[in-house]
Amino acid sequence: MSKKTLRLKIDELKTSLGDIKNFELSIGKIIEEAWEEEFGPTPFPSTSDLRSWDLKLIEKYKPFYMPFCDVCCLCTMGKCDLTKDKRGACGLNMAAQQSRIVLLACCIGAATHTAHARHLVEHLIEKYGRKFLIDVGGVSVEVEAPIIRLVCGIRPKTLEDLEDVLDYVEKEIVQLLSATHTGQEGSFIDFESKIFHAGMLDHVAMEAADIAQISAYGFPKADPEAPLIEIGFGVVDKSKPTILVIGHNVPSAISIVDYLEDNGLRDKVEVCGICCTAHDLSRYDSKAKIIGPISWQLRFIRSGIPDVIVVDEQCIRADALIEAQKIKAPLIATSEKNCLGLLDKTADQPAEVIKDLVDGKIPGALILDNDKIGEIAVKTALLTASNRVKFKSIPDVQGVIEEAKKCRKCNECSRACPNNLPIPKAIEEASKGGLKDLAELLDLCIGCGRCESACPGNLPIHSFMVVAAEKKLKEEKFKVRAGRGAIQDIEIRQVGSPIVLGEIPGVIAFVGCANYPKSGREVAEMAEEFAKRNYIIVSSGCAAMSMAMYKNEEGKTIYEMYPGVFDAGGISNVGSCVSNSHIAGAAIKIASIFARRKLRGNYEEIADYILNRVGAVGVGWGAMSQKAASIASGFWRLGIPVIVGPHGFKYRRMLLGRKERKEDWYVYDARSGEKVYVGPAPEHLFYSAENKEEAMVMIPKLCMRPNDTTKGRAIKLTNYIDLHKKIYGTLPDDIYMFIRTVADIPITMKDEVLKFLKEKEWEENIIPDPTLLPRLIRKRRE
Amino acid sequence: MCAAEPWQKAEISGPMKSFVIQKPDVAAALIKKAKHPVLIVGHEAVEAENDINFIDYIVKIAKAGKIPIIASGKSFSEIRKFTSALLMPIVEAANRLIDPNWSGADGLGHHDLALFIAIPYYVEWLILSGIKHFSSVKTISLDRFYQPHASWSFPNLTVKDWVKNLNDLIKALEEGLKNVDV
Repeated sequence: MSKKTLRLKIDELKTSLGDIKNFELSIGKIIEEAWEEEFGPTPFPSTSDLRSWDLKLIEKYKPFYMPFCDVCCLCTMGKCDLTKDKRGACGLNMAAQQSRIVLLACCIGAATHTAHARHLVEHLIEKYGRKFLIDVGGVSVEVEAPIIRLVCGIRPKTLEDLEDVLDYVEKEIVQLLSATHTGQEGSFIDFESKIFHAGMLDHVAMEAADIAQISAYGFPKADPEAPLIEIGFGVVDKSKPTILVIGHNVPSAISIVDYLEDNGLRDKVEVCGICCTAHDLSRYDSKAKIIGPISWQLRFIRSGIPDVIVVDEQCIRADALIEAQKIKAPLIATSEKNCLGLLDKTADQPAEVIKDLVDGKIPGALILDNDKIGEIAVKTALLTASNRVKFKSIPDVQGVIEEAKKCRKCNECSRACPNNLPIPKAIEEASKGGLKDLAELLDLCIGCGRCESACPGNLPIHSFMVVAAEKKLKEEKFKVRAGRGAIQDIEIRQVGSPIVLGEIPGVIAFVGCANYPKSGREVAEMAEEFAKRNYIIVSSGCAAMSMAMYKNEEGKTIYEMYPGVFDAGGISNVGSCVSNSHIAGAAIKIASIFARRKLRGNYEEIADYILNRVGAVGVGWGAMSQKAASIASGFWRLGIPVIVGPHGFKYRRMLLGRKERKEDWYVYDARSGEKVYVGPAPEHLFYSAENKEEAMVMIPKLCMRPNDTTKGRAIKLTNYIDLHKKIYGTLPDDIYMFIRTVADIPITMKDEVLKFLKEKEWEENIIPDPTLLPRLIRKRRE
Repeated sequence: MCAAEPWQKAEISGPMKSFVIQKPDVAAALIKKAKHPVLIVGHEAVEAENDINFIDYIVKIAKAGKIPIIASGKSFSEIRKFTSALLMPIVEAANRLIDPNWSGADGLGHHDLALFIAIPYYVEWLILSGIKHFSSVKTISLDRFYQPHASWSFPNLTVKDWVKNLNDLIKALEEGLKNVDV
């Protein structure tokens, strides 16, 4: 850590002038130089400090904008028609407006993680003290905060060090947000640069949040053998009172588990969760159960299983309170960011709050004190469970059949469904007594409830699906590995060389939300396919959950079949959304630990290293939120491409390379300063695939890097060509762009590929020591 | 079902909305009038709806209109059994279409008209929006549901009417240009 606050604290002092109690004085910062590594060029970078790097990326990967609509409606001079080349009343054109909207989304995402981190750090400081040491993996993880080291140029040692980091991030987010005001930024290029900045800040905040909670709560510390956790709709013992936690910020859920433990009740009450709070709770307590991803909210609440619902922040349905009331389950809101219109009962006596909740006097309560949440949630669950006998808000089978007969066949449900599911046909079948089609729809359903909202007859269509699939849901019991947290330094040392040389064909991160075009099964299928091909697979968030929810013929889930190591053929779950920082962190650590590149405030050089050498790709197959947008943009600035599923088109802008434009694919050879053509590697920075098959061909292609050795490139090409042939039945027509020398050609495909190369008049090229940064050229050619 | 209402009702495009193709002859005339059209086919062409062989229709349209095909996904694998096609993801195709200097699907240069079919509804609406705002390329959606960001689109249709429209379009293309005001 490089900065220290001079802090004077006096609990009680009696002087001749009077008595002083609880006096605290802080004076500025004192720089402490405990880190020998010298500062790089951009510690705590401002909004424009990394602009030149961003412009290099944007020049190569130009934005392709796809506006949702033709207008801007952000000020009272509007609405303004921005169709084609028109400019609005403020002078902004459509390209700038679209990038402005993406920046807004990324600011929302980054602010959300930052606010989450701030709450966590403050809470943990209050609980464990400012000097509580950061420890994410003991001696196995010496680079404890690669992103913070890289961006801020400091080594955080204690929780209080993270406050400085968050001060910086908050300041920068305000700067970025201000750039979206009318009459500020006017160029799409600079909006794009600011988007990258927002993403970088987001990763800093995520890292701060996760290393704080790993350290203080004792989550698995870079543990490839983190425990296997029960996951699925059917894992809860319904005979016990059940508390459901939803959200992303775990302190309130932990207070529940702590209260149960402290009072000898842990085996008498079920605590289960949905979304990332569930991930993080299971990192704290392996008895905690995960119900499923974000899209499991409606189906599980309506099942009537939860006796109390506790929500914290992020990704919680805004109608959670309404749904809770339908099953007569009290709801406890625990975050200032999500008060749900409830009365603030924080200052009330817990006994009074519990009585009001159990008696149904109030549908829920806002409790902003973690010390009280545990007691209130547990006692309310114990009392409520005996009264309500798992009251469901879903009809029985006969009820579905009778209700289905009321369907007006207007198609409004299908037209509202994001996936255009054939709901009317399934309801028609149900009206005749057949529920099979409805049951099958649930597997494809993202649980948004728009079908119900659109239905003029107010039919509870999502509930129909839940009833139809009830038997299958009860059998839904799987295993997911608890979030392991960081990647060990020794793992990085072991895989660094084969990744950079290309012999491990790539690192693929399956991350993000559950807005899938089909079921989450596709994520599991992709992960397994590439694990079998010796890629390193990492996962997080809802994607990590979805990957767990399918079994092989032996009844094993993907996490039981493959080791949780960061190595070829391993499948690891790093944890919740904020744990995504460990994925970016692993790429950074490859540059730092394996290649010994300086890390401290040296962003541009490390990103250049990753872009040119580390074959990593992020896949957000169900990416939905603004957080997912900012997470992705953090990866982009580091030179890591991201593929999203077809709903990802709705992010409205892709960053696409043009492989046929040879002039776009030159790098400097750091050995000579010569400009060398290296082909489109990687071809895109942000790409939306139309379906799974397309993604499966694009993933190995985007893992190629200019630095691949011939052996490594041959392995990568083997995977690319093999998948292309398997899916499309042909040799890829662009392989000549990826073959630099004959030695790059996969040996088993040599004859076929050579014949193709001849047709393309292919010429051999050198393999450079690639960089986009002239300052890294060791010897300039005159 | 309103003729010119987006299939997904929240998809309100803005001031510039697609013209509705009430008669397939209009689409045929637009194709004939174009200097260098292209047909963009998404992966849904191999996902049969009511046992309809979309590939057959697509190949017939391309052949009758002498239109080069860009196909994504497994649609490419099927189409190439009957005629030539360029394999390219939809988003890459759209990104090139807006570039007036692109060499085109057949190497013959810029396309002034692009026809779209068999693409997921929400993907197509965004792709069409990108082309609408950032190029002079005209677009026609031949899909079953109204696409507001196209230059011209079929309205929301029943499967039966859609098939009839596709058949009529093929017939009109095969017969040559009719006297239809566009």
